[in-house]
Amino acid sequence: MERIPILKMGEFLLVSIQVDMHDRLALALQEDLSDRIVETHARGVLIDISSLEMVDSFMGRMLGNIASISRVLDAETVVVGMQPSVAITLVELGLSMAGVRTALNVEQGISVLHDLARRK
Amino acid sequence: MARTPEWLELRAPEDVVPLRRAVRRWAVELGFGLVDQTKIVTAASELGRNAVLHGGGGRALLEALQEGGLRGLRLTVTDQGPGIADVELAMRDGYTTVGGLGLGLGGARRLVSEFEIESTPGKGTRVTITRWSA
Amino acid sequence: MQGTNRLPEILRKHEGEILAEWRRQQVAPGGKEATRDPELHEQGRKFLAALREAAQESYSPPFEGPHWDRTRELLTQISRERARVGDTATGTAMFIFSLKLPVFARLQEEYGGDAQGLAAEISNASLLLDHLGLHTVEVFVRSREEVIARQQEEMLELSTPVVKLWDGILALPLIGTLDSARTQVVMETLLQQIVNTGAGIAIIDITGVPTVDTLVAQHLLRTVAAARLMGADCIISGIRPQTAQTIVHLGVELGDVVTKATLADAFGLALMKTGSMVVRRERGE
Repeated sequence: MERIPILKMGEFLLVSIQVDMHDRLALALQEDLSDRIVETHARGVLIDISSLEMVDSFMGRMLGNIASISRVLDAETVVVGMQPSVAITLVELGLSMAGVRTALNVEQGISVLHDLARRK
Repeated sequence: MARTPEWLELRAPEDVVPLRRAVRRWAVELGFGLVDQTKIVTAASELGRNAVLHGGGGRALLEALQEGGLRGLRLTVTDQGPGIADVELAMRDGYTTVGGLGLGLGGARRLVSEFEIESTPGKGTRVTITRWSA
Repeated sequence: MQGTNRLPEILRKHEGEILAEWRRQQVAPGGKEATRDPELHEQGRKFLAALREAAQESYSPPFEGPHWDRTRELLTQISRERARVGDTATGTAMFIFSLKLPVFARLQEEYGGDAQGLAAEISNASLLLDHLGLHTVEVFVRSREEVIARQQEEMLELSTPVVKLWDGILALPLIGTLDSARTQVVMETLLQQIVNTGAGIAIIDITGVPTVDTLVAQHLLRTVAAARLMGADCIISGIRPQTAQTIVHLGVELGDVVTKATLADAFGLALMKTGSMVVRRERGE
């Protein structure tokens, strides 16, 4: 089973989700991310979902979990690149993504992570 | 615009992926706008996962409908699992089964035009959703 | 009808002549067809072949069923194409009706003095062609409606421009009455523009909207929620006193959505939120 690659960018980790997510893949990502955050002492995690044409309740919860787990490990998370149709669907689905910070694109996401890291 | 109904097996979590792709393909062919497509694909994903995780596996059936000038996509997901004892409760948002995560049924219902569910404890569950193109 | 099925035979024996005469009949009115002659010839040939096959199998009203599928399909394609290029309903229907004369002429030759046989055959052939002609018109009308609907959508997109007020600040001035369909298109356009420009704030101004009902209010709020999910924020401005009352009476929950009375106020707030400031220059600078 392929795993989603995690790239190191300075003090942040970058995850670009480009494939269709299923349960096993999502759990593997959570595990891998937790390990890498600790390994690299990352201050922040940027998850790029600009390639995702669909986010269901499971994916939403997974993103929420990643944000919570990262915070416990002292890293902030920002999810970027949500497509408009995905956002509209999530609103109607009624999924609350409270606790998950979002930004429009990678550039803005990194800016947010820098701000957050600076404040600590 | 006759299209033969398509069956898909849902045995393992990975099987949700081909289901999503098939629903997307059908929705595109039926001329659904991007948002409508995404809604039905998302609803399909919720139902598919339920069948695998809570229903012990099942099947999905895709059909194209035509009524007046409207085109519709119907998805029926069935499983022979333990069934849902209290459907009302299950449809409530945030409902959690033991050891599992919320069923997402309530959410799926909001995304489609028609929603039907039949469930008998001990026998299984069948959920039928239909989305009409605007 | 006994003994009245010479149509397939006639279509086969006299294919060339029928095609030629048929084409002449079609080009006369309207005149559009003259430039598409070879295409027309091919369409005609295919259609006659399909008609021949179908009539061989089942030649009685109501001319439905699987045998006639191919013929109908061909007509559907032809009708759609004509609707797409802006032909008229009459012009399209003439494709079928102009086939009557050539066919009846041949039937007359074939039946010679058998008046009864001829009458029966012509009656049946007429019924058939009328039926197919109606099908053609129906498909044509439906296709035209689809074309018009698509054009309307495109017009909608053009008539609701999203403007950039400043770096990172977009404005969507809504004007006129909003119906559900239009609002949806408009909102999707706004969200897409937010992504395209990377704007952090979008101001939705409804000064020009006389009435806001529950549906429209819901759409507005959903758009704001969607924008937030994506990582941007929205301000709603231009809420008239009547609209404010309606919103409260309808029990619409604005939650923490920021609203401002005027677009100017909203712009000022947006500038502040994006860390910008407007400074008045001293005279002489």
